[in-house]
Amino acid sequence: MKNFKNTLREISHYPSAIFGVIIIILLVVLAIYAVNAIPYEEAVRQWRGGEEVVYKNPKNVPPAWFNYFTDKDLPISFAVVAGEDEEFTKVVTQGDTTDTIDYEYSFDFPYDEFPQELFLYIQSDYKVKNPFLSVVLETPDGGEIKISDFGASNKQTYRFSQDEKLATRLRRLHGKEIQVMRGLFSVPKSDPLKVNKGVYTLKIKATVFEKGTDVRIEFVNHGLVFGLFGTDHMRRDITTAILWGAPIALAFGLLAAAGTSILSMLIAAIGAWFGGWIDELIQRITEINLVLPFLSILIMVGTFYSRSIWVILGVTIALSIFTGAIKTDRAIFLQVKESTYIEAAKAYGAGDFRIIVRYLIPRIIPLLIPGLVSAVPSYVFLEASLALLGLGDPTLPTWGKVINDARENGALYKGQFYWILEPALLLMITGLGFAMFGFALDRIFNPRLRGM
Amino acid sequence: MTEQLSTKTGIEQPEINILELNELEVYFELKKFGFQHAGYVRAVDGVSMKLRRGETIAIVGESGSGKTSLMRTILRLNTPTNGTVTFDGQVVNALNATALKQFRHKVGYVQQDPYGAMPPFMSVRSILEEPLKISGIKDKEERYQRVVKVMEEVKMTPVEEFLHKFPHQLSGGQQQRIVIARAMILNPVLLVADEPVSMLDASVRVEILKLLRNLQETHNLAVIYITHDLATVRYFSEYIFVMYAGQIIEKATESDLINHTAHPYTHALLAATSDPDPKNVDEFQDVPPGEPPSLVNPPEGCRFHPRCAHMIAGKCDTTRPPDFDLGNSHMVACWLFEDKGV
Amino acid sequence: MNEEKVIRIQDLKLHFITTKGPVQAVDGVNFDLTANKAVVVVGESGCGKTSLAKAILRLLPRNAGEYSGKVWLKDIETMSLSDEEYRKKIRWVRMSMVPQAAMNSLNPVLRVGEQVAEPMIVHYDVNKHEAFDQAAKMFQNVGVPVDFLTRYPFELSGGMRQRVAIAMSLVTGPDLVILDEPTSALDVLTQANIFNLLKRIKNELQTSFILITHDISTSSELADIVAVMYAGQIVEVSGSHRFFSNPRHPYSAKLMASVPRLRTKEEPDFIVGRPPSLINPPKGCRFAERCSKRFEKCSEEPPIYQFGEDWVKCWLYEGEGDQK
Repeated sequence: MKNFKNTLREISHYPSAIFGVIIIILLVVLAIYAVNAIPYEEAVRQWRGGEEVVYKNPKNVPPAWFNYFTDKDLPISFAVVAGEDEEFTKVVTQGDTTDTIDYEYSFDFPYDEFPQELFLYIQSDYKVKNPFLSVVLETPDGGEIKISDFGASNKQTYRFSQDEKLATRLRRLHGKEIQVMRGLFSVPKSDPLKVNKGVYTLKIKATVFEKGTDVRIEFVNHGLVFGLFGTDHMRRDITTAILWGAPIALAFGLLAAAGTSILSMLIAAIGAWFGGWIDELIQRITEINLVLPFLSILIMVGTFYSRSIWVILGVTIALSIFTGAIKTDRAIFLQVKESTYIEAAKAYGAGDFRIIVRYLIPRIIPLLIPGLVSAVPSYVFLEASLALLGLGDPTLPTWGKVINDARENGALYKGQFYWILEPALLLMITGLGFAMFGFALDRIFNPRLRGM
Repeated sequence: MTEQLSTKTGIEQPEINILELNELEVYFELKKFGFQHAGYVRAVDGVSMKLRRGETIAIVGESGSGKTSLMRTILRLNTPTNGTVTFDGQVVNALNATALKQFRHKVGYVQQDPYGAMPPFMSVRSILEEPLKISGIKDKEERYQRVVKVMEEVKMTPVEEFLHKFPHQLSGGQQQRIVIARAMILNPVLLVADEPVSMLDASVRVEILKLLRNLQETHNLAVIYITHDLATVRYFSEYIFVMYAGQIIEKATESDLINHTAHPYTHALLAATSDPDPKNVDEFQDVPPGEPPSLVNPPEGCRFHPRCAHMIAGKCDTTRPPDFDLGNSHMVACWLFEDKGV
Repeated sequence: MNEEKVIRIQDLKLHFITTKGPVQAVDGVNFDLTANKAVVVVGESGCGKTSLAKAILRLLPRNAGEYSGKVWLKDIETMSLSDEEYRKKIRWVRMSMVPQAAMNSLNPVLRVGEQVAEPMIVHYDVNKHEAFDQAAKMFQNVGVPVDFLTRYPFELSGGMRQRVAIAMSLVTGPDLVILDEPTSALDVLTQANIFNLLKRIKNELQTSFILITHDISTSSELADIVAVMYAGQIVEVSGSHRFFSNPRHPYSAKLMASVPRLRTKEEPDFIVGRPPSLINPPKGCRFAERCSKRFEKCSEEPPIYQFGEDWVKCWLYEGEGDQK
């Protein structure tokens, strides 16, 4: 314990170490949050996409805070459900034969651009007679645009732009051919087209013929920006992948680094202690393994066998054990093996196993730790590289997968920089954090490097 | 209390030899290019000795004399090429694993380098507990009691203060006490001490030597004290073996060796060991020329003959001298004593 | 008797900066050495003797703190020289050193002849041929066969390597050679050989020696004067005849009593306790804690009492000798 405290104190001497530790702690916090806020099944479900998951999301839009960087304010997407969200009021008035439900939703529109699309998702549980809806939109300048009158069905989607009657009405309003979205939100007959900024109110009157029938209305606005991290080509919220990328990257990196380091050390210890043919065998295996092309084998495994992340992790560790680390660890063990206290241990009857585990290995653990920490970024990047090559686990939302999707969909050509930058930045920060921490640890545990 | 600590055998035979070496030969094979045979290093070349229970002997020799290899063979850290090492009636060369472990528990080993002899990452308590754990004592409390007892014996008190310290926090003398404690903790019958004080300061050496002597007296230990410093041998050993180039060239009691020195090499050793005397400044010491021979190709006959001022040509350079008995257990392997001894 | 002093050290101080505080390894050392004599500085490990050697030769480590005092090498006051002047004029020109475990400090990839010749080339600007000639002469002096000039260190035995290290220290003909534990890693016979060599060199080449060791027995082979160092300070300087029979300082007496002897019957005695830490040395006499003869005055730093060429730093001698 005292050693631990001493180490902590020494770490605090290096600003780079503190910086690295902070980054790592933040990543861990992010990972824990991700796993709690979006449990695994939920994350996979969200990542699989599908209409019922992504219907609220527009396609390929940057994050909402993007507005700070553009001179034009872009409309932010939103989705509100009547009665559940406060501002979308739902008032039921009971009549003799019919009920009337009044829906009202006011929203501010201070943007410089028009939204992509507006939707009404309507569900009703009537049996025979369907309710009748009347939808109007009040504009900031006091005008009122009639949107539509129609009978609702059990499950229905009303898409504003596809309503030709609405289009006709807007054409008459503006005096020329105009897209629905533009028509709804611009000042009538303005040239050049000027956005009508202010508070809009959506009013829906539903007449229900079967008493007690409920009509659930969800009003969805596909704006030009969305959420914290934007959306991708499958309209998935990238936040899922960003959040979940953290625990996956950390887990893969740490497991691979730790597994490899510990197994390498054990094998090196056994070889160094027993010598003879065991040692020779291990060295020859290592040399052969060093020549094998690591990435190619992983690609083969991914293509022909399985792309599951556990398989990839297993193969990575298996191929990484018999590498340079075995040679350096063995060199250190060979040196320690000649120590006086090892001779003393033999003299008081310590067995081979005990000597290896209790006397040899503790000597090397301080040297192992910096190496382990510094190796984590390589494995994180390995997983990302594999995903980028299309060999990542298809079900898991990882940073590499996001970059892969972006690349396949020409994100850079289309100017969707956020799609690539977000995961890339996180990968870089992860690498930076571990590298700085590992470097500082190296300086602490390797006294000869001190003063550099 | 002494009874608890000294070992008990079924039959008390105070004259039994606890250790016997019989024509011991330890050769190391030299290999060129890793596999081609290139001769042998004859580290121990025909050594015989007997050690009784409770007897202390010293093996004196310089580096390259083979004393280290001899010691390691006695401790069974090396296997002999020829000859036998017999401990308490059993031949040590051929022990199986269990019997070997028993043997190791009966022999304590104190090394030259006190700091190196301890794992730097273990506390004093853990270091002392290791032999207990290996010999199968599972009860934590019992182990603790034994650790405390042995630490009191080596005068590392107050015990509590030292239990949690690490080797680098102790002084040289304290470190060596812990090493001695560890050697004693399994109640051995034989203690092998290899230059136990040569890496310690002059003022601490005496402390440690006196401690070893106390332990020897209290537990009736047989002790083999290996050193190159003749001055310390007197305080600690009854019988001295002088080793040169892998062979024992003189054996005598301590007073015989100093007062009735026989072998020319022993004379040289004694002459070269200074006492603090201001007259030394003006006198040149009489040192035999040359250096100890290589153990790969030792000289024919008496191995000391190339450096010996009294060499008899034709005899010393052709035939190895046998042991001549000068009486009072004083043996010397030198042709100069052919007519004086048997 | 106005014998020339080869070195005069006055109030030499060397402190090291560590994370735990300043280690006052050399804390006000004074002594003189007459030419062509050998002084032995004895002390236990941790008393600062190796640091003393480094301080005299200005071989300071990176964490050296305070470094002050005066050192007169014959007529030059060396502490006032700049580092570069010191390197050119003093170190290995007029003063050299045989470091501890010298046989391990030879460069393993250079031949020994080259290493011994190097100081000549560096300091006296001679060509390689002349430098090697001088090296050959040195080899003869120290008793190493001349054909060993072309050998590598690993081909030589420990004793031979030590002789090479001594040759290297003598090659430029310095006035003073500092030897730090020259024989502690060597066997008894080799040790005797080396001391024979040093005696011969002292007589023939008229070099002065400062020998630093903890081994009092072997020090008597070379010592004309004995200086005792304790906790960073010299506490006694006495002629060897006086020191080995009847030393003045209580610590010296205890040191002498702790030496196991071959030729006398007395049981050696040991000193209780440990030397104080050099980080915060105690006030007053630093040996007082372990001294059986201490009294109240010992809580103050004792002055130096002189007895001719000898002196001692101990309150027990108040009233005797001349106070300095």
